[in-house]
Order: sequence, then structure tokens, then C-alpha cells
Amino acid sequence: MLELRDVDAAYGDIRVLSGVTLAVGTGEIVALLGPNGSGKTTLLTSIAGLLRPRGGTIRWEGEDLATVPAHLVVERGLALVPEGRRLFGGMTVEDNLELGAFAPRARRHRAEGFARVYALFPDLRERRRQLVRSLSGGQQQMVAVGRALMTNPRLLMLDEPSLGIAPRLVVSIFAALAEINRAGVGVFLVEQNVQAALTLAHRAYLLESGRIAGQGRAADLLHDPHVRRAYLGPLAVRT
Amino acid sequence: MAVGLTLIFGVMRVVNFAHGDMMVWGMYLAFVLSTRAGIDPYVSFVVCAAALFVLGVAVQRGLVDRILAAPHEMQILLMLGVALVLENTALLAFGPEPARVRSPLARLTWDVGPLYVDVARLVTFGLAIVLTLALSLFLFHTERGRLIRAAADNPYGAMVIGTDVRRVYATAFGIGAACVGAAGALVSPILPFQPPTGLSLSVTSFNIVIIGGMGSLLGAFIGGLLVSVAESLGAVFLRPSLKELFSFSLLILILLLRPAGLFGRRAS
Repeated sequence: MLELRDVDAAYGDIRVLSGVTLAVGTGEIVALLGPNGSGKTTLLTSIAGLLRPRGGTIRWEGEDLATVPAHLVVERGLALVPEGRRLFGGMTVEDNLELGAFAPRARRHRAEGFARVYALFPDLRERRRQLVRSLSGGQQQMVAVGRALMTNPRLLMLDEPSLGIAPRLVVSIFAALAEINRAGVGVFLVEQNVQAALTLAHRAYLLESGRIAGQGRAADLLHDPHVRRAYLGPLAVRT
Repeated sequence: MAVGLTLIFGVMRVVNFAHGDMMVWGMYLAFVLSTRAGIDPYVSFVVCAAALFVLGVAVQRGLVDRILAAPHEMQILLMLGVALVLENTALLAFGPEPARVRSPLARLTWDVGPLYVDVARLVTFGLAIVLTLALSLFLFHTERGRLIRAAADNPYGAMVIGTDVRRVYATAFGIGAACVGAAGALVSPILPFQPPTGLSLSVTSFNIVIIGGMGSLLGAFIGGLLVSVAESLGAVFLRPSLKELFSFSLLILILLLRPAGLFGRRAS
């Protein structure tokens, strides 16, 4: 279970998050929605330990992550699929996945990890000897999700997994996320594709200018007039 | 030697201007081990590599780590500073006189038909091949090696999967320095040296790395062969003092025709 309480974060003098409080329960799918520049990516990098918050606490299964270095956050079962994927482009699909299971805890589950990733994304098995650089954006996103799964996480955090990807592949990536969640892994999803995110998630938070502006069950938010107007565009209001 | 430089650059995008001076320290270490303990440099290169590994890790952890995010000119200043410190401590410790390590191998030559083969050079060459092969085996076929390549490819991506990137950098810098330590010991019976030799060694290895392609191990190795052949031919056909003319002409030619170097990947 992940708990954020009054988290403030800033880059230099620019304040990005103020007083963010939210929680992701065990095995839950939670979406974080918000316009560009609202601080979504900052929130994820703070949880992953790549950016130290200025204030507030981030707790994972009761432990304060403030003093845990980034490389040990992964060991505790929190995996991030970063914005822009950040794969090792000059290496093969298989090498990328294998590196995901580099940390000691994940290493024991490496064989299961490969089986799990290839079952979710059969395309990747066929392309396992190809350089990641040569794959399409959607396939690369699958590798990124797969690499994060190889760390054997209990909570998978994804930063805009649908960005710049063919709609057909977005569907299969979201189906894979549902499948991953059925195995008991929590999912914390940052998305611009509000429709897809709210269809998948159990609950969602709205982040605006670094503050939590709303929250609720995903099904309710999908029909909420404010959400529809602000996030789905004017045409969606009438339907 | 060039292999070590290209590794450090390839992984951290830091140009190690202290490379030649690190090599001189490898040479002096071989010198001390040979004169004080009677250990032949063809044995002591292992010790020199280990010692320079420690020095490399210390330089990375203590100094380079702090400026990785800083602009490039900061790195240049820092590494030139390290070079100056290393050169002048060598001057203090060993004095300005040229030194040379004696090895029984260096006095042997074989006659192969019409050729004289200098055994010391042959052994040095053989060991250089072995070390380069060992390094590429390490980088491409071991887990830790793959992790170094991954961190070079995408440091942020490496962090996200739970890599302690600072530690990987320290290892890479250490290995780069160890290569140059071994190289220093191995050429110490062939090449007389003194503390300021470091600068010209740095220049030569930059030349090699640029010709071969920045960040490519194979490039560094082939570049090394090309530069030394060019210099030897220059020494034979013109005058020994003009040998650098050949290697630098080669450099200019490569920069004109293939700016990324023979085996370098074009920057995207």
C-alpha cells in the first residue's frame, strides 16, 4: 500500500507539487489524471526516489521512503515505467528484459518473469533478438512494461504509456495492464488518455497545478460533468 | 590504453584528460616494483592495473561524480586539474630524469627470416590483444558488463530498474584506469619515460580514440594499430622526429571523411 501525505516538490525555486495526499491500496488500479504541467511526472519520480520531495511523507507498506535511495526503491517492489520509456536502444529485447531482473530480489524470479512477459506480449518473444531501437513505439512500450515487470513489482507505476502509440497497441497494452492486475499487482497510472484510463481504473485522482483537485470512483468520474468538460472536451458533455 | 579512454568516455561522456598521467603512474609503479622488489613488468602489470583501478574509482567517486551534471567545460577543467596533480606528484616522487624498466625480455630478439622481432614488443602486443578481448567479453557476456553498457545507453533507464548508477560509473572509471595502468606497465620496458610524458601519451590516445570512433572498443584497438603503423612508417621514410606528422595527418583525413571515426556511431 502506497500512501502520500502532504507531499511538496520543487525544481529549484519552481514549486511543482503542493500538499499532495493520496493512496493506492494493495492490488488496486488507480489513475492520476491532469493536464500537461500539472506535476504528474514529478509525482511519480518522487515516489521512485529519483527526486526528493521538499516536504510531506511517502510511505510504502508502512516504511518512509525519504531515506531510501532510488536503486533500493525497486528492491522494495515499486517499479516505474518512465515517460519516454528510457529503454536501452542499442541492446536486444531480451537483454532489456533481463536487465530488469538485475536486482537480487528479482533475479530469483527471472525465468517466471520471462514467461509472464512473453505470455502478455507474444510479439516480444518473436522479436527477442532484435535491437530495441528498431521496434515501433508501441512495441517499445511493451518492452518498457515488460522490463518493469521483470523487477517483480507489487506496484507498477506507468507514466503516459499511451503517448505517441498506435490506438490498436494502446488497447493491447491496457488489456495487459488489466491482466497484470488480476495477478495481484497494483497499478498506478498517469494518463492523458482519460477515457481509456477511467475505463481501466478502479479509482482516480485529478491533479491540477500541483494540487489534488478531485478524486472518486473511476466509473463516477467518467460521468462527472466537470471531468467530462475539462478532460474529455466539449463534445463529450452532451453524450 | 586507448581502450580505457574510450570506455570512460563511452559510459560517462567524460573526457579523461588525466589518462596519460595515469599511464605514467602505471609506468612508475612498474619501475618501483622492478627496482625495489625485482618483479618483472610483464608480471607486475597485474598489480599496476589493480592499483590504477583503485585510483580510478577514487577519482570518480571523489571528483567526477560531483560534476557529471555540470557543463562540459567544468569537466575539462577538473580533468586537466587531476592531470596536473598527477604529473607533479610524479615529479616530486621520482624526479625529472627519464626512467626505464629493465626486463630480460627486452633484450631478446628473434630472427625470423629477414626480420628481427623484438620479443618485448611482441609480448606487449599479445597481452594488449588478450586484455582487449577480456574486456569485451566482460562487457558483452557478463551481467555486470551488460549493466555498464545499459547505464551508458540510458542512465535514467538504468536507475529505473534499480541500478546504483554511481557505482556502475565508479566501476567503469576504475576499469578504464586499470587498462591504462596495465598498458603503462607493459610499455615501460620499451619506452623510456619521465613525468611530463603523460601529456604526449594523452594526446596520442585521444588521436587513437578519435580515429577509431569515440566509445568503440574495437575502434580504439584498430585505431591504435593504425596510429602506430603510421608513426613507424613516418619514422622510417622521413625522420623519426616527423613521425607525428603521419598520425596527425591520418587524424585530419579521418575527420574530413568520417567525422564519427572508423567505428563510431553518428551522433543522432
